[in-house]
Amino acid sequence: MPTNQEIAQMAHLMRRAGFGATYAELEQRAADGYEATVEELLNPTAQPDLEMDILERHFVDWREMNALEVNQAYWTYRMINTQRPLQEKVALFWHGILCTGNSKCEHGRQIQLQLDMFRELGMGNFDILLKGLSRDPAMVFYLDNCMSHKGSINENWGRELLELFAMGVGMDGHANYSEDDVKEAARAFTGWTITNAIPRYPYGRYESGFIYNPYDHDEEDKTFLGETGNFNGDDIVEIICRQPSAARFVSRHLYNFFVADEVQVPAWQNTPPRDPEAIALLEQTYFDSGYNLTAMLRVLFNSDFFKNARFEKVKSPTEVVIGTMRLVQDFTAPKLGLQPLANTIRYMGQDLMNPPTVEGWHTGAEWIDSGTLVERINFAADQVGNTSLPGIQEIVSRLDSEQVTGPDAIVDRCLELVGAYELAPETRDQLVAYAGGNGAPAPGTPEYSEAIAQTLQLIVSTQEYQFA
Amino acid sequence: MTATKKDPVLVVLQLSGGNDALNTLVPHGDPLYYDNRPSVRVPEGQALDINGYVGLNPNMGPMKRLYDEGKMAIIQGVGYANPNRSHFRSMDIWHTCEPDKQGTEGWLGRAIREIDPNKENVLTGVNFGRGLPRALAAPGVPVASVGNLATYGVLTGIEADEQRTEALDIFSKMYSPTIGRSSVVDYLSQTGMDALKGADILSTAPEMYSSSVEYGDDVVAQYMKNIAQVHLAGFGTRILYTTAPYNSFDTHAGELAAHAKLWQNTSNAVGDFMDDLREHDASDNVTLLVFTEFGRRVHDNGSGTDHGSGGVAFVIGENVKGGLYGEYPSLEEDKLLEGDLHFNNDFRSIYTDLLENWMGMDAQPLVNGQFEKFNFV
Repeated sequence: MPTNQEIAQMAHLMRRAGFGATYAELEQRAADGYEATVEELLNPTAQPDLEMDILERHFVDWREMNALEVNQAYWTYRMINTQRPLQEKVALFWHGILCTGNSKCEHGRQIQLQLDMFRELGMGNFDILLKGLSRDPAMVFYLDNCMSHKGSINENWGRELLELFAMGVGMDGHANYSEDDVKEAARAFTGWTITNAIPRYPYGRYESGFIYNPYDHDEEDKTFLGETGNFNGDDIVEIICRQPSAARFVSRHLYNFFVADEVQVPAWQNTPPRDPEAIALLEQTYFDSGYNLTAMLRVLFNSDFFKNARFEKVKSPTEVVIGTMRLVQDFTAPKLGLQPLANTIRYMGQDLMNPPTVEGWHTGAEWIDSGTLVERINFAADQVGNTSLPGIQEIVSRLDSEQVTGPDAIVDRCLELVGAYELAPETRDQLVAYAGGNGAPAPGTPEYSEAIAQTLQLIVSTQEYQFA
Repeated sequence: MTATKKDPVLVVLQLSGGNDALNTLVPHGDPLYYDNRPSVRVPEGQALDINGYVGLNPNMGPMKRLYDEGKMAIIQGVGYANPNRSHFRSMDIWHTCEPDKQGTEGWLGRAIREIDPNKENVLTGVNFGRGLPRALAAPGVPVASVGNLATYGVLTGIEADEQRTEALDIFSKMYSPTIGRSSVVDYLSQTGMDALKGADILSTAPEMYSSSVEYGDDVVAQYMKNIAQVHLAGFGTRILYTTAPYNSFDTHAGELAAHAKLWQNTSNAVGDFMDDLREHDASDNVTLLVFTEFGRRVHDNGSGTDHGSGGVAFVIGENVKGGLYGEYPSLEEDKLLEGDLHFNNDFRSIYTDLLENWMGMDAQPLVNGQFEKFNFV
């Protein structure tokens, strides 16, 4: 039997490396062991992919998947049901950094294909990922590289590649690149374009393809980050990946997403990392492993700095919704209502596949305002208050069989069962007082399951539940 | 409620999807209109004539009445340079006043911060609809976003009244600020208390309200009624916002029937709203802006119209100097912009007018620049 401490550690790992897990899954994984679970998560393809055939038969309008909303529903379903949670979490990680938005692309399917690329390459080597991104049709269009020509460059892609996708403006108080580097990078990517757009009417949208046009590529020498040569796009990526700034950039983003909330990205040039030792370790791993993300994640998840960072992050809207759904175990099979469920993520301030800008979403406390907090609380409370949902029934029957009675015991056990949440003593006292107001219903009675559901509703309304 | 000197209130109704300007303010005196619109047009003689050249869509009776009373300004040919024909992007530009780069702060979010810098009133800005439009978003600015006023609040899923009262009591205790916690937790506490306070106040609005006006059942009408309820309740709300259902005005196909229904509903809602405020002697400090992200293609596609530019906006209120503002964009082939109406007037001119002449604020930092005013208020 795993100890409470082991369960709590596993709950933490599964919230961060995935979207949370039921108590039964936590018990199983804790019994398998922490490091074994990390290894399993790091090898997603050892688990089966989702069976999409049944979904496509259920949701016939998924055939073309043009609209943003359909793709949001699809991704929502995937995140709830995947047996490869880290693969999906990594896709969400890269989606928030290597941003493409439907506001410009207006073709959700094309962005979904980009997410497929993140699923495939997101845990491999950083240089391979960036090469994939440079050829991704949604990205080529989103950042106008198709408008960048020999002798007449468009800097958009070149600039964001350096600033937002791979290096950052600066670190340790100095700049990482110059304006000339931006222009030279853009020159190296001339001729990297997409196949002609096929008119949308009357047959609907077509997927774009990447194409290299050698006649539009600038073959003159470029000087980029101090190196000179007749560089093409892949050369630029390789030069970038050798830079200490790239190691810093990837490490700090991994830390911010998986470990603890950092200051917002624009402040990174002058604000040192929250945990410089952790960043140094990740940077070292970046170079030692040949820029390998799996190696970096292995070090990260097995580190003390990760294990000690419980509840140091504000959940993103996606984490709130998917985590709650995995807890209550709804939408484990296709059914109506998936679209409205996906919409709740948008209402909480994260319109997936349509970030506000190429900078992605601001994270941490910036997720929360009075409107989104109400959405979060009401959503989660509605779900866990529904005693017909399998995940809630599981919690009730477990408390039932353990004959847990009395407000203190009920609150404490519920906190463990929803994922080993820890409350400030003042908050816990309030919950106990609330649970005490229900009298002392006997296990096995409908009043007992109602009382538990009500306790769960208050638990997911706490400030603590907003943290992962 | 008596008509005393009251703070000016701005109400915004957003028509999502790109309202067809040509079939809204119809250039019925221009033969080019009929040439370009062989199928999707308001038939000759049916527009509610204004000056022999333009007239309102025949389904806009109540708004025509407001125009005839001199209470409605019609701003023709509104847009911005290099028009973007994406719904999302164009709406973003209207919301953030950033046509050249992507902005994140909304013009009204900034205005709310200016009106209430110390966040003394959590209801200075109120939105009706799910999710906050970017127009109202600015970091640290609380804006209540109300999906359904009758049931708005925290923990609304708890049905039994007694149980919910108790839960809310616990909630307020749990979110009470305590010392020695992180700044993020403090921020969450404050936000939770703001939300609770806002919900508590807002929930009293419907019961304080009675009116002889009966609004329609459509979403816009119901939200305009909610706006009236909140205004009449006197919570000190200065900016109220609502949105027609997502992309409802996106009439690529079957436009004639759909557009007629949309304007029946919208125009009735606007007329009812003004009647309601007047019945309560509370219309004198309210100005309403009705806008959309772009107009539609001049030439129809046989059944509807595709995305275009050069739209029409309306400003309505007791203090508005009614009339036509700006020039109607030419329909002549060589004056079109890629088949669309050219804009004559920057949308930020409308905002500047509303912010300066109506709200009494300095518009430049809120709309990112200096724009000539129409002085319609």
